[in-house]
Amino acid sequence: MKNKISTLFDLFWTFFKIGAFTFGGGYAMISIIQKEAVEKKNWVSDEDILDVVAIAESTPGPIAINSSTFIGYKVMGVWGSAFATLGTVLPSFIIISFIAYFLNKFTSYAVVRYAFAGIRAGVLALIIKAFISMYKKSPKGAVSWAIMALSFVCVVFFDIHVIAVLIGCAIVGLIAGLAEGKEKEKNVD
Amino acid sequence: MLIELFITFFLIGAFTFGGGYAMLPLIQQAVLEKGWLTDTQLVDFVAVAESTPGPFAVNIATYIGIQKAGIIGAVASTFGVVMPSFIIILIVATAFEKFKENKYVKCVMSGLKPAVIGLIGSAVLSIGETAFLPGEGQNFSLPALISSICIFAVAAVLMFWKKLHPIVVIGISALLGICLGYAGVIPV
Repeated sequence: MKNKISTLFDLFWTFFKIGAFTFGGGYAMISIIQKEAVEKKNWVSDEDILDVVAIAESTPGPIAINSSTFIGYKVMGVWGSAFATLGTVLPSFIIISFIAYFLNKFTSYAVVRYAFAGIRAGVLALIIKAFISMYKKSPKGAVSWAIMALSFVCVVFFDIHVIAVLIGCAIVGLIAGLAEGKEKEKNVD
Repeated sequence: MLIELFITFFLIGAFTFGGGYAMLPLIQQAVLEKGWLTDTQLVDFVAVAESTPGPFAVNIATYIGIQKAGIIGAVASTFGVVMPSFIIILIVATAFEKFKENKYVKCVMSGLKPAVIGLIGSAVLSIGETAFLPGEGQNFSLPALISSICIFAVAAVLMFWKKLHPIVVIGISALLGICLGYAGVIPV
């Protein structure tokens, strides 16, 4: 019993540190998780980490949350998940709570408004970088390009809800994928 | 309000594939629709989130929750954004091998991944508008536009060619903004 509680606390504390020191989210976090959970604590294997990335990419939600839930589960079931996830979330929660309080006061200063005018242009470069790196990881081909164009047009020109667009594209992917699978089966025959 | 925060962020958590900025288009639509933040505030917050640790989704959920309903609001929205992943991963973790090789999952993902690219493309467009033509071009000024383009160019060069850390790029953009602001180029 005592052992279990100390493992839970250990999970919480390890993921708390991971949450507190990862900037840039998701993939930056994976390498730190690997160092802490595989090399230091021996909680999971290197292969598990690859699995974590694969799962995180094919399930919704932030990668950090997905991986802490998964590793927590591997170590100590549902309670392990709960403590690991709480640990990951808490640092952001605390830091942003402070910032939310100060940000509103600060925006009345001219120097802060100037800074943010500059930052907005910088953020654009940041998002373009995310766009490019996600494009590199995405499947290519006629169907994929059509889906990219379609989802862009739906949101920009027709103001269709993002969730509706995602569901639509999931269905298109499913139909296209299954049709392609059948085609291959035929060729084998 | 608390329930609305929870449900909104639960949906955001449930429909974001690929992590990080994949979430941006969905958040953008939700918070702008409800009037929780303006375009400009959202872009400002992206910079704040990038300069603080932790997942973007948790950062923005906490921030909006606090703005709308204090600490309890932050708890509701953060809980909401985390819950879908948590539940889904618990289910997946018990049947992982089957899940990984499942052809339906693979097909659905092959539709979702490119969709997210298109969606982020739309976010690039609207953030571009916020950065270059603030206030929907109402108080347009050519010097301000040119200076934003210059800052963007500097940030892009630092990010793509010099491979500087995003936080450093945000810091430099802020400094340039301050310099140009006091030089009287940016009318804020």
